[in-house]
Parts: sequence; C-alpha cells; structure tokens
Amino acid sequence: MGTGTGTGTGAGTDAGTGAGTEADADAPTESGAERQSTRSTNRRSATARAVAWSTGLGAVLVAVVLASATIGPVSLSIPAVAKASLNAVALPTGVTLTGASVGLGSATASVPVPDLTYTYLFAFPVDGTAETIVRSVRLPRIALGVVVGFALASAGTVMQGFFRNPMADPSIVGVSSGAAVGAVATIALSLSVPFGIQGAAFAGALVTAFAVYLVATENGRTPVATLLLAGVAVQTFLGAVVSYLLLQAGESIEQALYWLMGRLHTATWSDVEVTLPVAVVCLVVLLAYTRDLNVLLLGEADAHTLGIEVERTKRVLLAVSSVATAAAVAVAGVIGFVGLVVPHMLRLVVGPDHRVLLPTSAIAGSAFLVAADTLARAGPAELPVGIVTAAVGAPFFLYLLVTREVHSL
Amino acid sequence: MTDSGEKTTDSGDDSALVDVQAVVAGYGNGPVLDGVSLSVDRGEFVGLVGPNGAGKTTLLGTINGVVAPDGGRVVVDGASVGDLSSKAASRRVATVPQDTTVAFDFRVEDVVEMGRTPHRSRFGGDPDAREAVARALDRTDTARFRARSVGSLSGGERQRVVLARALAQETPVLVLDEPTASLDVNHQVRTLELVRETTREGKAALAAIHDLDLAARFCDRLAVLADGELRAIGPPEDVLTGERVAAVFDTPAAVVPSPVTGAPTVTPLADPPPDSALDHAVHVAGTGTAAARTIATLVSAGATVTVGVVPTGGLAASVASEHGIDPVEASPFAPVDAATEAAARDRLTAADVAVLAGPLPASLRALVRDHDAVVRVTDGKTNQRELGDAVGAEPGDAGGAEPGNPVGADTGNAVGSGAETSDEFQPDAVATPSTVVEPVRRVAKAPVTADD
Repeated sequence: MGTGTGTGTGAGTDAGTGAGTEADADAPTESGAERQSTRSTNRRSATARAVAWSTGLGAVLVAVVLASATIGPVSLSIPAVAKASLNAVALPTGVTLTGASVGLGSATASVPVPDLTYTYLFAFPVDGTAETIVRSVRLPRIALGVVVGFALASAGTVMQGFFRNPMADPSIVGVSSGAAVGAVATIALSLSVPFGIQGAAFAGALVTAFAVYLVATENGRTPVATLLLAGVAVQTFLGAVVSYLLLQAGESIEQALYWLMGRLHTATWSDVEVTLPVAVVCLVVLLAYTRDLNVLLLGEADAHTLGIEVERTKRVLLAVSSVATAAAVAVAGVIGFVGLVVPHMLRLVVGPDHRVLLPTSAIAGSAFLVAADTLARAGPAELPVGIVTAAVGAPFFLYLLVTREVHSL
Repeated sequence: MTDSGEKTTDSGDDSALVDVQAVVAGYGNGPVLDGVSLSVDRGEFVGLVGPNGAGKTTLLGTINGVVAPDGGRVVVDGASVGDLSSKAASRRVATVPQDTTVAFDFRVEDVVEMGRTPHRSRFGGDPDAREAVARALDRTDTARFRARSVGSLSGGERQRVVLARALAQETPVLVLDEPTASLDVNHQVRTLELVRETTREGKAALAAIHDLDLAARFCDRLAVLADGELRAIGPPEDVLTGERVAAVFDTPAAVVPSPVTGAPTVTPLADPPPDSALDHAVHVAGTGTAAARTIATLVSAGATVTVGVVPTGGLAASVASEHGIDPVEASPFAPVDAATEAAARDRLTAADVAVLAGPLPASLRALVRDHDAVVRVTDGKTNQRELGDAVGAEPGDAGGAEPGNPVGADTGNAVGSGAETSDEFQPDAVATPSTVVEPVRRVAKAPVTADD
C-alpha cells in the first residue's frame, strides 16, 4: 500500500466498518464467539485441509503399494516388501549425457539423452530373491501405476473444472485418440521412429490436442463448448483411423489391441524415470492455478471481472493437462475412467475447491490405479488394467450417482 | 490495494471515476451501443434504465472490460479499460452479475474471498485478504453464514454474498447488472440501500435496474438507454416523465411523486386497442385516486381530456399535468371562487361527456350534473352503498342516491382533501377501462336515451 492512499476507498471502508460494528453492538459477544468458533473449526484454511486430506490419502497409497507388492506368484511378507521398497528409494545425484542412437527410416543420428546417477538412501538386509522380485518385477510396475494414476487424475480434475462438464475426462481434447493413432501406426506399420512406440504416442497426443485447440480457436478466443465439440469430432475421426490401422496390423494386431486397452505389465524403471518428472512438474504448475480454476467455475465473464486472464489461463491449463495425459498414455496406453471417476469421487468427499481437490485427486488416482492393476495381475490370467479400471470404476460411479446427490459437476 | 498509489495520482478530484466516451459496441450484427457517453462521479449512484435489449448489460460490459468497444473508449479512474489487463481492470471495477447462481458448493467465505483474486499474486498471496473478506461479510450482513455452502442459501442471501464478493474487491467503481431482479421487496430495498451507502463512502456505482420506481428512489441520477442510445441522463425527477417513459418503453405511463418517498413512481398504462380509440372530449371533475385513475384511463384510451375542479397539489392534478392537461385547480378546503367555477364550466360545456370521479362539493357536483351526458365514477371505499351502481351512466340527473359523502367535503363549498389523502392509499378504487371508458362511450353515443 503506497503512501497518501488514505483518501478514497480506504478511509471510506474504515468508516463503514466502524458504523457496522456500532450497529452490531447489541450482540457483540454472540457474534464474536460465533466468529471465533467458525475460525477454529470450519475456518481451517484450504491449505490446511489439503494437507490433512493429502496426508491421509498418502497413507492409503503407501498401504496399497505395499499390499500390492506382496501379491503375486510368490507371496512375500509385508516387512520384506517394505524393506525392499525402501532399498529402492533413490535420489538422483548426478547427470551425465550419453548419446542415444536414434533412427528415423534409414537415417540414424546420435541424440544426447540425460542419464541420471542415483544414490540409494537405505540398505536394509533383505533376502536376495525377495529383493529382486520386489525391485525388478513388481515395483517398476507399481511405481508406473502410481505415476500414471497421478497424472490422469490430476488432468481429469482440471479438465472437468475447465469444461464445467461432468463428463469431461483427460482425453476430451483428443489426447488419447492421438496417442492411439501414433502407437497403433507404429505397431501396425512397423515404423521406426525416435523413442519408439512411446515417442510416437506422445507426439500423436500433443499434435492432436494442439490441432483441436487450433480448430476451436477464433480471434484468440477458445470457447469451451467449441473445444469440446471439436474434441469429440476429432476423437471420432481418429477412432476410424485406428480401426483402419488395426485392419492393416496383421500379426501385430494383438500388441496393438493390448496397447489400446491400457496396460502396465511392460513397465520398466526407465518408463518411470521419464514419466515421473513430467507428471510432477505438471502437477506443480496446475497447483499454482487452483485458485484460478475455482474462479473459472463461476463462468468466464465473471472470472474476467475478478481479474483472471481467461484465455491465457485456459491455454495454460489445457496445455499442461494435455502434456500430463500424453505422458501417462504414452507409457501405459489408453486407461479410461481413472481421470473421470476419481475426481468425481473426491469432489463428493472434499468439495469443489481445487486447492484441496487437485492434490487429493492426484493421490487417490495413484492409489486407485495401483489397486486396479493389482487386481488385473492377481487373477489366473493377466488382464489389461484398462479393463479393470472401467469394470470397477463404472459401477462405483453409478453407485455414487444413485446414492448421493451429484451436483452439476 | 498495491496499485492505489497509482490510482490516486491518476484521478484528479473533479474528474469522473467512470467516463464512457462515445462508445460503440456490438456482437457482430449491428451495434448494440451506438455512441453512448456518460460519466459517473465519485460518490455517485447512477441507475441505468431502459427496455430489454437497450444495451444496458453491454454498456456495463464495456466498463468492466468484458466487452471490448468497437469505437470510443471507457476511462475508469484515469485509465482506458481497453489498455488494462484483466487484473488491473478488476482492481478498479467490481461487478455484481445478473445471474448470481454459483453452481458449486463453495463456502460463502470462499466465494467472497474470490473477490480478492485481482489483489493476489500467484505465489505471494494477499496479506489483506482476511481483513477485506471480514469487512465485506460484516457489511453485507453475511458473516453469520460464512461457513455455509452457497448452495444452501436463498436467492436474497446469495445476492448479498455476491455483493460481498464485489465489496471485498475494494474497487473504486461498482457495476451491478439487475441486482434486484430476483429479489423480494425487502431484499431489493436493502441491496440498493447498501449500494447507495457505499457510494456515500466514495465509490462510484452504476447499476442497471429494471424497476423504475426503485431506480428513481435510490439513484442520484438516471441514465435512460434505448436502442443503444442514451436518451436522457439526470436527476430521476427530471428524467422520468410520462412522455419519455412512453417513448422509451413504448407504453403510456403516468409518473407521479410517491406520497411516501417523494421519488417519482411510474405506472405503466395499457395501450388503447387501436380500433377503439375514444375520440370524444371528456371533462373530469373530482378528487383523489378515483379522479387520477379516471384521467389516466381516459387519456390512454385516446380521449381529449379536460380536468377541473381538482384540489391543487393533489393526485388528480399531478396526473393531469403529467399528461399535458392544464387542470382547473382550487385550494383544498377553500371555497371555490367564481372565476374558477366559470373556467370549469367553460371546459364542461366544450366536452361531449362529463365524468364525476370521487367526492366533490355539492355546488360543483351540481355543476357537472347540468351536463347532458354524465358518467359517475366512485371508489369503492368512500361510497360503499353506491357500489351497486357505482359506475353508472347518469344522463342528466337520474335523481339517484346523492353521494352521501362521509368525508365532509360536502359541508362547505370546498374541494375536499382530507378524503384525498386516504384515497391515495385505496388500492381498489373503481376506475378501469371497463368501468370508465365503456360508460363514456355509451353515454356519448346516446345522451338522451340512456336513461330509458
């Protein structure tokens, strides 16, 4: 507050408050006490609520991860799993650039790729076999489930708020369809592209999202209704392309179908290394925009009068959540329902405030996907996790719809 | 409030906070606003009135930055709105939108805190938020449901919450779009009273208001907008005239000062059916609501109306003046002098039909009855026992019941005004098109045979 500003509104408001307090003088103790109590109970700040909920859900996530790691052809005890998991906890402590040979068609080029060196924090004595099973077989898959669930749920939360539409999910602007075209084309046509299927899927996802954005944008404005419809149209078109590519797939059709159903069984630590930073950076950016998202829920005109640069904010939200979705879909295939159901469930529990909703949804998404993937691999025949998320998520969603009042979003 | 230093340097003491300069704006098919200029000063509450589609919302939009003008410019607190970022604009102008439904179950306090958005830096937060929110909640009397969800509030309470949000924005300018449209009478008055108070503390407020009576009562000035043009701006009593209301809203209307607040009140009258205009000369004598309504009804039916004798300063006289009729007036409770009586007689003679509305002193009543085509209109209250034939065609003197005037205006040769005051509050006085226009038409057609 600059000097010499006491004239205008400042002084006026002070006078007004004084008058108001005087008018309330007949019941000062009551209102004061009431205010005090609301401060201490309901007045808990959004940040505090977010931390409390996130801590609770984080504990759930750890429990799910540990339980998941005990399940498999070889049953392991929780302590063994816990120790082995802690042994796997590492911090990146150095970066070296190594040349990776990248081929496009017949041409190959050497591209520098950062290679991290890790320092492991713990070294508990664990049975060698158990450690191998946990660290090399089960944990990469679980860790990827955590990251993918995290990315999809946070992107879904943002998309639902952004579109003010309950049926919005992370791939509403065609991200998943684009990724599918990239991946299936690579598989079916045996293309040789940089960074393989994942690179193609990631590129396909972002190109599609950007194309949808361009189609829906006119004079620098992107109405969400147009964006939504453009997304639906493009998804339908790309669905046709994927079907056609599947017809051309021949022998590789099984691999393509597995990719389309969404799966985590090919997970490696390197997938986690690539996806985790992207997901974390995206979530941090989105967390910085949670207040803006709340205000956007009031409608774009209102948001504008409340100081939100509406179009710029929409671009940021759309771009960041598309990147998060693309990163997840590229490594795991099309996994539906996580980004749709999880934000809904959490909204029913913690309310619409994105400052609380976004971090809690992200953590709950992780737990949900790890649990679903555990189910997928626990059965006699391994299922793609996408089937499990849809099969579990859809009935649960219906249950919520029927038993609880679901507001317009 | 971090930019308040810049604010004060820009705004000289006498310059208007809001200055709309020849603004042209529209949505593609022709301009909605066509060269509108107006200004709102610090401490002033200006009401924006006009029919639906006049461009009121668009004009407010050009001030808060939602609508970019195609021509002209809007200067708010020394800066052109078009050059301001959304954040800077929202530090100058707070908006109470037309639709206050909040589709999500945010808590009241969270909604009000959203008003602090323009003062918040993304990572630094807003140190004044808590105090500003508390002040706004207190101010709008919403502090007691600060922890409740917005969805659980009534329309009136929600309106106050949105107003609190706008106050928490702590802007010099407040823009309101139909802030009273969905409120009951109590909340309408409280909302506008609050807005007026904030202007007394230095804000400038501009509100689109549908209800002309409320606008006239609370606003310092009214701006009349129609077809995208500013038709008039000024104090309510200058701006709201029957003629202007008729022209702008396309309906005849009577504008008279409210007996309670003194502010102009507007009563829209029905349009005459085009084929049944009453093209007779009609003279109305009488007092109170009955006379006032009779005059208004006859004028809107198309008759050429003369008026007299009516009490000076009474409702009948003001309605007559409102319609451009020069009434023959007499002081209440004073004897009617010969000149006045002669003037009334002249007008009576010229008229095709005479209408006796409400209580009149005996001498004047006799004067009117001399006319060969008389219609009598009473109001339901003062002449209870006449209700059966309250509105009767009385060609000549039917010798019917002498109105036993209970008010006592009959006792002297004076135009009563004690009755007048009570009449004004009589809601169901009998003067409607069917009870006035039809008898006049009938009597004018057959002045002699009507009695048969």
